[in-house]
Amino acid sequence: MDIHEYQARERFRAAGIPVPPGRVVTTPKEAELAAEEYGGTVVIKAQVHSGGRGKAGGVRLAEDAAEARRYTSQILGMDINGFPVEKVLVTPAEDIDTEAYVGVLVDRKAQAATFVVSAEGGVDIEEVARTSPNSIRKLSIDPRYGMLPHQAYWLANFLYDPPKLVSQASKIITQLYDAFVGSGASMAEINPLITTPAGEVKAIDAKMSIDDSELFRRPDVAKMRDTSSEPLSETRAREAGLSYVKLDGDVGCCVNGAGLAMATMDLVKHYGGEPANFLDIGGSSNPDKVVAALEIITSDSNVKVILFNIFGGITRCDDVANGIIEAIKHIDVELPIVIRLTGTNEDLALQILEDAGLSACTSMDEVVEKAVELAGVA
Amino acid sequence: MAIFIDSDTKVVVQGITGRDGSFHTREMMAYGTRVVAGVTPGKGSQNFEGPNECTVPIFNGMDEAVSETGANTSVVYVPPAFAAGAILEAAEAGVELIVAITEGVPVLDMARAHAFARDRGVRVLGPNCPGLISPGKSKVGILPGQIVAEGPIGVVSRSGTLTYEAVFQLTTAGLGQTTCVGIGGDPLIGTNFISCLEAFEEDPETAAVVMIGEIGGTDEQEAAAYVKETMSKPVVGFIAGRTAPPGRRMGHAGAIISGSSGTAEEKIRVFEENGISVAIRPADIVGLLQGALA
Repeated sequence: MDIHEYQARERFRAAGIPVPPGRVVTTPKEAELAAEEYGGTVVIKAQVHSGGRGKAGGVRLAEDAAEARRYTSQILGMDINGFPVEKVLVTPAEDIDTEAYVGVLVDRKAQAATFVVSAEGGVDIEEVARTSPNSIRKLSIDPRYGMLPHQAYWLANFLYDPPKLVSQASKIITQLYDAFVGSGASMAEINPLITTPAGEVKAIDAKMSIDDSELFRRPDVAKMRDTSSEPLSETRAREAGLSYVKLDGDVGCCVNGAGLAMATMDLVKHYGGEPANFLDIGGSSNPDKVVAALEIITSDSNVKVILFNIFGGITRCDDVANGIIEAIKHIDVELPIVIRLTGTNEDLALQILEDAGLSACTSMDEVVEKAVELAGVA
Repeated sequence: MAIFIDSDTKVVVQGITGRDGSFHTREMMAYGTRVVAGVTPGKGSQNFEGPNECTVPIFNGMDEAVSETGANTSVVYVPPAFAAGAILEAAEAGVELIVAITEGVPVLDMARAHAFARDRGVRVLGPNCPGLISPGKSKVGILPGQIVAEGPIGVVSRSGTLTYEAVFQLTTAGLGQTTCVGIGGDPLIGTNFISCLEAFEEDPETAAVVMIGEIGGTDEQEAAAYVKETMSKPVVGFIAGRTAPPGRRMGHAGAIISGSSGTAEEKIRVFEENGISVAIRPADIVGLLQGALA
């Protein structure tokens, strides 16, 4: 789960990291008031779950309150990489001497939280890693010991020479690790970490993603979810316990298992169609889940055909077939439905579906070709 | 022969009295797996009723379960909040293999659990995996026993039902399996593709391997380099997620394209560069294998 910059700033601030004040507003008037209160130049920053905000014009420097109002009215309602801007952050502009990068994420290979720091901040770190790998220092943190003092110092020392800056940065790095672990994050980033002419080290940007598996035990973090930044169908799928990602095509896919669901989407594309979604209904034949899945798929007006691809393993195919029939009774679906079932008791399942007047087969290729064809003529 | 588990494997089920644990314990026992103990804190000294009037003793903790029964493998059906704790306990109790089925274990919990298990030389499979099955010998986890058959093919996959799909096609085509291993869809997993390929390479009964990967991470790419450098046996590959959009998690916590890394195109390209034949449709796996074995 991604959280907004202003929310990540709160987490950082709570961990002790020096973060300039800021106010989240939803109208130009509020932005003007906030800018008046701070006095001087402020930064107006679009709050969306997307990188590249600056490039898209979603970050502006406003020299006075009137300008803050004007820029806010331009930024609100802007579309940044598909995300509509509904909130902006107003924060006093800082005098900047240097910009560095400090980030931490779970590294798959090291199987640990891993820091990446660079004295070249304010830029795309993946780009820096590619073009000048020597300007990056990396360190994996052993989860059994946590961040050790000399490790934080080693990272900080790569960023700055003056001892006063090193000691501030070292503290910030330790605090970032605390915020990361304490929020159940999968990624946390300060980009840039600045130094000011007065010799202070500060975080003027904040980014954090949360491990979805942590949310059950962190209600304070879970409530930071902004459902306005996702399609309604995805919110409903999550509430129904389904794994769903909306896509742009017209073949609605309902599959058990994530890997098979991806393989099904790929096969739709292979046969010249476009999948409307990724949807994993999980391992059971529970009709309630099938009902929820059908409701979500049919709420997408692009969908022209519904494709079921079910592998019956432990759950037998005949049980799944009965589940589908039961579900269709409860929901009025006008779109054509094609079903593929394979695995244990598949012959019995096909008979059950045919008796109920539904078209079914056991070949994945056959059903996908048929779905693509139906989407084409619909 | 088979890899990781065979008919001598003695299994303790952690979370044996839960809904999933009890259901799959009966399935494992019906398949012929030697389930020797169960663990559910607070339910020690009770018995678990298996199929055919077989019973399994339940213990309060892993230490007792292992020392009383000589179990060498554990399977974890414990809910996410307690799963990492169950793995730590199993590693300390001295089993050789821990199969973690649970989905949704916090990643930072797993970072600790993997480090702890590594220190003790314990193999972890998963989490968020379907387990493994050596046809005719033993199954540990949730793979359906009806769809496999004994034979010379090793199967290793990050997925559940997509693995079943491929295995069912193999079985239907008369290509049985030595062992089918589901390594799990999480970002931090204990046993990766390379560990499985090493074991299949050493297993004299395995003649060829099917490797089923998906978007996210670089485990497949590293495995491909290993195949080229070290493996004498043919490997057929499949990668799911060619149509997955970047930055979105596709069901599995680990199935996400970050930036430009971890795409299906990249993995397919690296497979091909390293001599792995790639099936574009799941239905092509059987034909490629038959070609490789001919």
